[in-house]
Formats: sequence, structure tokens, C-alpha cells
Amino acid sequence: MVSAVGLDEESSAWLRRLGAGGVERQAAERELHGRLVGIAVAEVRRRAAGTAVTGPELDDVAHQAAGDAMLAILAKLGDFRGESRFITWAYRFVILEVSSKLGRHYWRNPPVALDAGQWERLPDRLGIDPAWQAESAGLLAEVRRVVDDELTGHQRRVFVAIVVDGIPLDALAAELGLRRNAIYKVIFDARRKIRRALVANGYMDEPGLEQR
Amino acid sequence: MSDLGRLERFLRTDPDDVGCDEAMAVLHIYVDLVAAGQDAAGRYPGVAAHLRACGPCDEDFTGLLQAVTGG
Repeated sequence: MVSAVGLDEESSAWLRRLGAGGVERQAAERELHGRLVGIAVAEVRRRAAGTAVTGPELDDVAHQAAGDAMLAILAKLGDFRGESRFITWAYRFVILEVSSKLGRHYWRNPPVALDAGQWERLPDRLGIDPAWQAESAGLLAEVRRVVDDELTGHQRRVFVAIVVDGIPLDALAAELGLRRNAIYKVIFDARRKIRRALVANGYMDEPGLEQR
Repeated sequence: MSDLGRLERFLRTDPDDVGCDEAMAVLHIYVDLVAAGQDAAGRYPGVAAHLRACGPCDEDFTGLLQAVTGG
């Protein structure tokens, strides 16, 4: 049973209605689901430019995300501790579902295959101006040497997929069956290792935040 | 920013960065603070550091903030 003590009026009302029985609960669930659908539709459209998912498929993703979020919210209602407004807590589920589902949909029509290793595109990925690319060739070669020689096989695969080939992090997480956090941690450690190597070999001379 | 600056920024890691799991666990609290005009980054510096570095989590932050503010 969720306590409504100390909550704002709207959050208390949600908890009371969702905790009630019969028609009151059904009405609350319908209203919440309707709101989740609206948020999901807005969110997939906001992200549409960055995905290969288009048209009716976007709406399908939104409705699936809203449905799954609804189930998760009802299952976890007892976990709500009143640290935020209820509706913000609830909307978090649908936003995260949209991310996860768009990540999985990436592989239906991927613009680049896993393990493609498009190193020639790295300057573009890093936003390096073509006019500066000859100057930066040694530095980028050192980045590749560190990736090839100093990263583990798993680190190298993840770094190449995310940084070199530009595969979205959530898409890679879905493909490898890993959590977003696990992929992020690999990239975090790789960034630190590459930076240390560039500093040690004279390509960069600032210690960076990691050593402060 | 120079091109080397962009690369440096990409490679720079922040020890305060809490990672995706911790950041997403409190995203609703963080977003409510931001929506209320309060100092969310001051209260959760590790989350702020993470959102600066992690594109997908920052996207979720932006989406949730827009969802609750309607903007």
C-alpha cells in the first residue's frame, strides 16, 4: 500500500484512484494510459530525425512503449516514494521505454553493420574539420593504435561500434544484450585509456578532469 | 573550439560521473527540480556530470523535462 502522506494533491489523487477498486481504478488506468500514449507519441516524433523508424512504425513504437510503461508502473506502484511528482515518476517509464524500443528497432534497417570498422569516417565522427585532418593524422593514428593494442577485445568492439561506426548506444546495448550503463562504462574506460596514451606520447599536454 | 579541443572534450572523463544506472534512477527527481527552477545540478552533481557526457541519458532527460513542462 502506498502512503499518500506529504505528497502534492495531484500525486495523492493518482495514488488514491489507482489504489481503489472497480470503476474508479479502471478510469484512472484509462486516463494514465491515455497520457502515456500522448507522451510516447510526442517523444518518438521528437526523436524521429535521429532514427530510421518512420511513419506508422513510429506510432507503433509509441503505443508499445506506452503499454509496456503502463504495466511497469502498475507493477511498481509500491516503489513510488514520493520523491517527485507521481506523474513525473510515471512518465520516466515511458521515456525510457521509447529509448529502449528505438534502440531495438535500429536493427530492422541498420545503416551500418555491427563490426563494420569504418575508421576512415572517424574524423567526421569526432567533428574534425577536413582542413585539419592532415594535421591530425598522427594523432588519429595514435588513437587507432591504442584501440588496437591497448583495449580488450570487448572494449575494442564497443568503441569501434559506438565511436567509429556511430551505432546508437541503445541499439548496441540491445544487440549485445547489455544494459546501457555497461556500454557507457566501456566507452568511459576507453576514453580514459586513450587520453592517457595521447598525453604520455605528447599528443595532449593537459591532465584532464580524471586526474584533478 | 579547435578540432583538438573537440577531441580533448570527447576523451575527457569526469570522476563525478555516476553512470547511466544511477542517473536514470533519480531522473524523475532531477527533472522535477529543474522544472521547478531549483538547483538540480547542485544537489546531484554526479547526475549533472553524467548528463553532460552521455548523449542517450541527456536525450531521456530532455524528453522527460518536455513531457512534464509541456514545452
